[in-house]
Amino acid sequence: MNEALEAVIRLGIGAGVIMIALWLSLVLKGFDRKFAAWLQARYGPPLRQPFWDVFKLFQKENVVPERAVSWAFNGAPLMALVGSLVLVMFIPLGPVGGVVAGWMPVLEGYGDLILVVYLLAIPGLMMAIGGFASGSPLATVGAQREMVMMMSYEFPLAIVVLALAWRITNLSRGLESFSLKAIVENPLWGEVGILGIVGLALLFGVFFLIIPSELSKIPFDAPEAETEIGGGIIAEYSGTNLGLFYIADAVKTLAFLSLAVALFVPYNISPLLNVGGIGAYVLDLLFWLFKVEVLYFLAVTVIRVGAARLKIDKLSWLYLVPLSALAVVGSLLLYLDTL
Amino acid sequence: MKLTKSFDKSLWVFHVNAASCNGCDIEIVAALTPRYDVERFGIKLVGTPRHADVLLVTGPVNRQMADRVRRVYEQTPGPKAVLICGNCGATSGVYYDSYCIEGPFDEFIKKVDPNAIIVYVPGCPVRPEAITFGVVQAWKALEKLRGEA
Repeated sequence: MNEALEAVIRLGIGAGVIMIALWLSLVLKGFDRKFAAWLQARYGPPLRQPFWDVFKLFQKENVVPERAVSWAFNGAPLMALVGSLVLVMFIPLGPVGGVVAGWMPVLEGYGDLILVVYLLAIPGLMMAIGGFASGSPLATVGAQREMVMMMSYEFPLAIVVLALAWRITNLSRGLESFSLKAIVENPLWGEVGILGIVGLALLFGVFFLIIPSELSKIPFDAPEAETEIGGGIIAEYSGTNLGLFYIADAVKTLAFLSLAVALFVPYNISPLLNVGGIGAYVLDLLFWLFKVEVLYFLAVTVIRVGAARLKIDKLSWLYLVPLSALAVVGSLLLYLDTL
Repeated sequence: MKLTKSFDKSLWVFHVNAASCNGCDIEIVAALTPRYDVERFGIKLVGTPRHADVLLVTGPVNRQMADRVRRVYEQTPGPKAVLICGNCGATSGVYYDSYCIEGPFDEFIKKVDPNAIIVYVPGCPVRPEAITFGVVQAWKALEKLRGEA
């Protein structure tokens, strides 16, 4: 009976988290567009613009091309959104540890980092399936590029995650190696020596460069490449389906940035300022939002405004060779630090 | 079709160059630059007609382009508006009565869809302010559509 009650409570919290994640991710997208405009000396759209975009897309006609495989074409956007929302259930959306020890992801304990890495692939995979199902050459080109890109950036991402998980086990405090909870509650920066700090910084750098490509943002937007293959993967999508992809992209952005914050900067500000009680909750939440937005700004907005699109072969090489090598060096330094 | 207000706060535009001389096209790019910045009204250029709410057509539509423009118009999901930029699309301009011209474009598009919402932006080439004004007229046309429903 207790288990049933717990399941109901988790369902309720989960529904709340979904609503908050949907709202917050669209707001962050609004900030992204505003800041990008400011960087280009433009005034930029209002912060509510992503909401208007989504509402408009839901009012448009939903075209399914004659040559498309309609069940896969219509199913892919929905599954992409479901994938990103499930992801949000496993990643702490908010400050963790310290005063607010209770703020853990809804499905904490039901999945670990390995599951998160697999779930991260789902929205991209669904976009590729939708692209292949569109029956349009542009979408097929985009889908193939998406697959190539996923194969490229998953490799350094896996190395980074493995290195962190290994180091957490090596603390020999009986922590579960791939548990996100263990990682956010024991920030590694304070646990390692100087070599380890250099190694962690390298891993953080690699993860930082994986962010824009995982989210298919310029200069890593070869699968969409609006000016080249007219939207690529989503070229044939319109109306509701396009709106679902739009939201899925926003939610995945929020989830991935929260993951980056949880893995590398899970610090709270309230202990530093000696604030307690309800003030600490508010302060830590604001600080967490600040961290996410700073990361969004640096890893997505600035890079997207400042760089031109990379060709898919160069992009793949960048992740498979130099960044993977950097990740390996970082892991080696982490290892050497323990000797 | 009931449209809400969010529709005209986010108009995505697909640019069709139907045998234009490139004069109007340059002015369209000018409308996106920091000086005019139409993105502050939620207007965005998109890469495929499937994403578009407004088809921005420049040029007089010659025979080669006629079938393509018709297909692009049919590929655009409704509700949609057509924004004809420049004198060529509205009246055929200097190409009037030429053997290779299928336009004027409004007559051509009315053959395809008699209920098409068409907004004219005159000028040779059009000014960026005029394009922005034209989009406002497109809002009004779409608002009428909202009133009818």
